[in-house]
Amino acid sequence: MKDSATPFARFSREFGENRIAVAALAVVVIIVLLAVFAPLVAPQDPYDLAKLTLRDARRPPGFIGAAGYVHWLGTDAQGRDMFSAILFGLKISLQISVSAGLIALTVGATLGAAAAFLGGRTEALIMRIIDLQLSFPAILLALVLAASLGQGKTQLAIALIAAQYAYFARTAHGAAVTERGKEYIEAALSVPLPTRTVVFRHILPNCLPPLIVVATVQIANAIALEATLSFLGLGLPPTEPSLGLLIANGFQYMLSGRYWISIYPGIALVALIVAVNLVGDQIRDQFNPRLKR
Amino acid sequence: MSAPGRPKREQVPLGGTARSAEGAPIRAPLLEVEDLATHFFTRAGIVKAVDGVSFTLHQGEVLGLVGESGSGKTVTGFSLLGLVDPPGRIVRGSIRFEGRELVGMAPDELRRMRGRRLAMVFQDPTTTLNPVLTIALQMRLAMAAHERLSAAALRARCIEVLTIVGMPDAARRLDAYPHQFSGGMRQRVAIAIALLHRPPLIVADEPTTALDVSIQAQILTEMKSLVGEIGTSLIWISHDLATVSSLADRIAVMYAGRIVEDGPTVAVLRNPRHPYTRGLLDSLPAHTRPGGELAQIRGTTPSLLNLPAGCPFAPRCDRADAACEIEPDIVSGAGRSTRCHHPLEVAA
Amino acid sequence: MLGFAIQRVLQALVVMLVMSLLVFVGVFAIGNPIDVLIAPDVTQEIRAQTIAQYGFDRPLYEQYAAFLGRVLHGDLGRSFVFNMPVTSLIFSRLPATLELTLAAVFFATVLGVPLGMYAGYRPDSAAARVIMAASVIGFSVPTFWIGLVLILTFAVTLGWLPAGGRGETATIFGVGWSFLTLDGLRHLILPALNLSLFKLALMTRLARAGTREVMLSDTVKFARAAGESEWTVLRQHVLRLISIPLVTVFGLELGSTLAFAVVTETIFSWPGLGKLIIDSISSLDRPVMVAYLMLVAFVFIMINFTMDLIYVGLDPRLRKARS
Repeated sequence: MKDSATPFARFSREFGENRIAVAALAVVVIIVLLAVFAPLVAPQDPYDLAKLTLRDARRPPGFIGAAGYVHWLGTDAQGRDMFSAILFGLKISLQISVSAGLIALTVGATLGAAAAFLGGRTEALIMRIIDLQLSFPAILLALVLAASLGQGKTQLAIALIAAQYAYFARTAHGAAVTERGKEYIEAALSVPLPTRTVVFRHILPNCLPPLIVVATVQIANAIALEATLSFLGLGLPPTEPSLGLLIANGFQYMLSGRYWISIYPGIALVALIVAVNLVGDQIRDQFNPRLKR
Repeated sequence: MSAPGRPKREQVPLGGTARSAEGAPIRAPLLEVEDLATHFFTRAGIVKAVDGVSFTLHQGEVLGLVGESGSGKTVTGFSLLGLVDPPGRIVRGSIRFEGRELVGMAPDELRRMRGRRLAMVFQDPTTTLNPVLTIALQMRLAMAAHERLSAAALRARCIEVLTIVGMPDAARRLDAYPHQFSGGMRQRVAIAIALLHRPPLIVADEPTTALDVSIQAQILTEMKSLVGEIGTSLIWISHDLATVSSLADRIAVMYAGRIVEDGPTVAVLRNPRHPYTRGLLDSLPAHTRPGGELAQIRGTTPSLLNLPAGCPFAPRCDRADAACEIEPDIVSGAGRSTRCHHPLEVAA
Repeated sequence: MLGFAIQRVLQALVVMLVMSLLVFVGVFAIGNPIDVLIAPDVTQEIRAQTIAQYGFDRPLYEQYAAFLGRVLHGDLGRSFVFNMPVTSLIFSRLPATLELTLAAVFFATVLGVPLGMYAGYRPDSAAARVIMAASVIGFSVPTFWIGLVLILTFAVTLGWLPAGGRGETATIFGVGWSFLTLDGLRHLILPALNLSLFKLALMTRLARAGTREVMLSDTVKFARAAGESEWTVLRQHVLRLISIPLVTVFGLELGSTLAFAVVTETIFSWPGLGKLIIDSISSLDRPVMVAYLMLVAFVFIMINFTMDLIYVGLDPRLRKARS
């Protein structure tokens, strides 16, 4: 058993031992690639209203449309090719969720670590607010914010960030509190290194493992939350439908048997979330010291 | 080392087995273990925790099972009660208790024997007692597993055993929770639970190791008088020769899953035949002159995954030679047995 | 004990106050409330009149003060859309949501805990693997999508259950409850199942983890050594020991479930508070939004408080600390 490999290599090797996690990671990678290259892969640009033919609306999967190609997943109420719409929808969902997640991570982690470092009443006050927010359901918060701010990508992102930063803040705070009690921080401070340096170059990097764990959970949550908000009509404008909105639009047609308008976007969404969660599960298990053999 | 300090009254153990003058039993032994082997089938390999253990226990006897950690003594105890968790299981051998074969017994039958005929006391009473249940309830569960009693009779029985183990004000403390007791008291509760059905055999796995030294001595004394009064047989598992010596009639020394020496306490302690036993005795502080160096057995305990062929103690033994590459047979005589090619001479 | 209770009540009041302020400012400061109340083409006079009547021309802090004053008298305002007191509006919808949430929580616990315990008791069995796989899906899939699938399967394809709405109700204490009628039950099953799934998955996973841990503990070994049956071990030892972490999650997720009722009620057209809030948000019915959010905050505080009490009841070690 070579143990001279880098931590990352060791991590990857252990990850590779779980076939399910590897399969899930593959799914995530495929979906991300499809989403990123959506403009190239999709047969149709679903946002270009000029290209849509109403005649093609609500057609079942396998239908050959006016443009001459097969609509593998059918078309929706406006005549959009479902496959294209799903790809672009994935793109938007991923864009928003991942960027909101990363910003929430940065904001939350900085806040939490800073609070741990400032100590005293500032710390107590900040953590009180964080705890208060955490005891309130994220979805309601996001709902109200999204409603107040109106539709649009930025607004939705803000709502997601506001709903999520608290988790990161609490995790970072907990980890930072543990770190600050350690001797190497004492040493760094006595050099003396400025507080800012200590926080950013020493404390935060050591808080990374638990933050990564929380991040995997939160990204999956963000995707679901964004979809839910869009489904409820509070997220993105109908001109740039994310998966949630596609599903919502198709809802009314389900009762008349035109399931494909809702179901296929739904399957794409579920596949993405389940895959992210499975990968996250594996990462979490690998970071959990109690499960170390 | 003092001889067992039990009152020298005539032994009339449970079941009424009397003994002849030399101590040879007239009735069948209470427990006969023959070539017991318990292996753990882990991902890293097969751990042979117990590999060929044989001993006999008679009614009213106290056997001290001594060994370092990893010698297999705890697993032996678990094997007797059928409490070996997967990935471990008994792979061969026989455990004959009260004439019945325990290995391969139906799980439900075995369960009915546990607590009623054989009981066990564990090392750490903080983890053995359920923290969210009162003592009364835990005793009730142990009682109800085998016998239906009215609430009043149950309570009376509980108070009775608690008093026997030396708990003051038992009636009131019955309704308390484990965390409201000290460590020593908790262990007494565990012992009381083991005594509820007056089992003929109790296996005690290092029951005093987790306690203060002063409490250790107390519990030891109490166990001695208990055994004397009730006549229960006891298997006292320990790593500490000193504790065991004051209580046990016979000592069995374990090493790497085997019993390497077995015999009456005084004889084994005065004249050990196995080099390992000699090494253990020599390393006791009491055996060293004040200011002198503590003797040590050189080397370390072997990994139970990769035992060398032949005698497992050979790598650490000064008397080892080519003959020790073969597993030594058990050499018995005069109530003692040893597993060694070159046993130490018995001093006159 | 009493001091603790008083402290919590005071905390609750402070939180409510802060909540009300945040919500009030958040909701009333954005956009113009007047536009919801009157049609855009009314005359300036009527417009000015209405503004004065509702006090929208006052500075925000005055409006808030007035609002607080009314709240202390039990008046939560009038809905802009329904033109009826918010209090009665909320109370008329409350039973439906309560019913749905309680049914969901009931399912989640009654199904989740035994399933999880079994999976923890026999972790290598095929059934356990299936249960765990299903639980991953259960908490990954968004609630609204499960709802869709449920409707598609049971209502559209199989036609066994209705696709939405609340069934007939039977009245007790002047309140209509639908679980008391057969038709009501038929309407309740799908939405309750939908809402329960997330919590169910969580409880299952937690119960499994807890059971596995406890089964390997010395407590269980000792109980088995005393000859206690497996059933006794599971019921008296395992169940009681895993209750503490389970109750924690139960409480935390209770609020979340209440919140997610919003989604379920929308999909199944369930006439509860959730649907009310969504409609109010779309129509910018501010008084309803404010009242709803304050109510939710209140419920959350109550849940936390009750949980604290339950902990002390479950874990005798905590009682010592208090006294």
